Amino acid sequence: MLVRFWGTRGSLPAPIDRNAVREKVRAAVLAAQGRSFDGPESVDRFLDNELPFAAAATYGGNSSCVEIAGTSDEYVLCDLGTGVREFGLRVLHDKGPATKLRFNVFLSHVHWDHIMGFPFFPSAYIPGNVIRIHGCHKVLREALERQQSDPCFPVDFRNLGATIEFVELEPDRSYDIAGMKVKPILQYHAGDSFGYRFEHAGKAVVYSTDCEHKFQVLDESYPFVAFFRNADLLVFDSMYSLADSISVKEDWGHSSNMVAVELAQMAGVKHLVMFHHEPIFDDRTIDTILAETRRYEELSRNGAKLTVSSAYDGLEIVV
Amino acid sequence: MSRRLFSVRELPTIAPRGDSLIEITEKRDGAVIVLQPSGRIDNDTSIAFQDRLLQVIGHGTTLVDFTGVEFISSAGLAALMTAAKQAKAAKVGLACAALNSVVQEIFAISRFSRVVPVYATAAEGVAALKG
Repeated sequence: MLVRFWGTRGSLPAPIDRNAVREKVRAAVLAAQGRSFDGPESVDRFLDNELPFAAAATYGGNSSCVEIAGTSDEYVLCDLGTGVREFGLRVLHDKGPATKLRFNVFLSHVHWDHIMGFPFFPSAYIPGNVIRIHGCHKVLREALERQQSDPCFPVDFRNLGATIEFVELEPDRSYDIAGMKVKPILQYHAGDSFGYRFEHAGKAVVYSTDCEHKFQVLDESYPFVAFFRNADLLVFDSMYSLADSISVKEDWGHSSNMVAVELAQMAGVKHLVMFHHEPIFDDRTIDTILAETRRYEELSRNGAKLTVSSAYDGLEIVV
Repeated sequence: MSRRLFSVRELPTIAPRGDSLIEITEKRDGAVIVLQPSGRIDNDTSIAFQDRLLQVIGHGTTLVDFTGVEFISSAGLAALMTAAKQAKAAKVGLACAALNSVVQEIFAISRFSRVVPVYATAAEGVAALKG
């Protein structure tokens, strides 16, 4: 399985501005003082190995969209945030407009940031394509139609060229879709959200975003421990600090990096990917949070090491 | 010259949960109650810690002296948050002091340093709470 992150930002897209770019350029120039480079490859090595991620790159600003590839000849996507536009452009580039394609989408929920990319998904406009949108909400069609209707958008949902089907799933049931076993779980979020566990060829990927974890004591009886059990990759909403998530932002439906680590450790997860970044966080802040989370993983470790990463637009992880 | 910080009563308790124990000692310094947990405040001990903390806050301004605390997890910090909310509602003071380097790091990672006042030593904490 190959997991590609096309959009990783929470709540709304968050493009970087002039000042942020200038700060990166300044940091790179200062760090390169006294160095000489014999070509683009040596510059790339410098950027990759000697600069912090926040200086050499960006976590990106597109909202939630994650692709799971390598399980069949059909495409699989989690959520339709603005990252789906980049995904669609890549598909168009790779396959051209004449190839008829099938897409399987799994929606965590229909809050705006998780569906707002769909009107800009090129493949939806191409007759012959089939897009099957799976989810546990009964309002999937209504939500997508509503965001793409007059006066909010010039192309009515019903005029899209592709065949679009909606498939309602039930939580805690296992389905065979696109070469994978897929199982949804109900999550705590306004209007409900659903996480998905994908299994293929002995590997497991869990996509769990927009979920607030509420427990007084974390133990094996908490259902997410079993749901995450031995996952090779866990994509986890860690939008807030622990303090915020249980005070001013309690019941806002998101979780923290510390709870992410503790849950992943208890479930025996191999690789935790923090996801759904707070839109007010700049790249340096996300870098800092990643370093802190890796440190907390060390401090709280009581078994095998858990790999911790922070998702960015363009990240690819082979599972 | 050294000054005796704590006085009067010391009430050690053992609160079991699962296989783990947390020892919590209570002292009083004037109007400030000083709670001294020891060991790890985690999934196994956070309920006992919270119960005791809420009970003490019901009696007035409290300082949690972390001198003997090796580690605190999200469950322990959640207990502290519950206590902070109760203290605010009851209009009594709550502060923490004497965090070891690990607990200091966890307070920083969790952003709890912004939730409750943290003092370098118990003496500083008591003095601040006495106002």
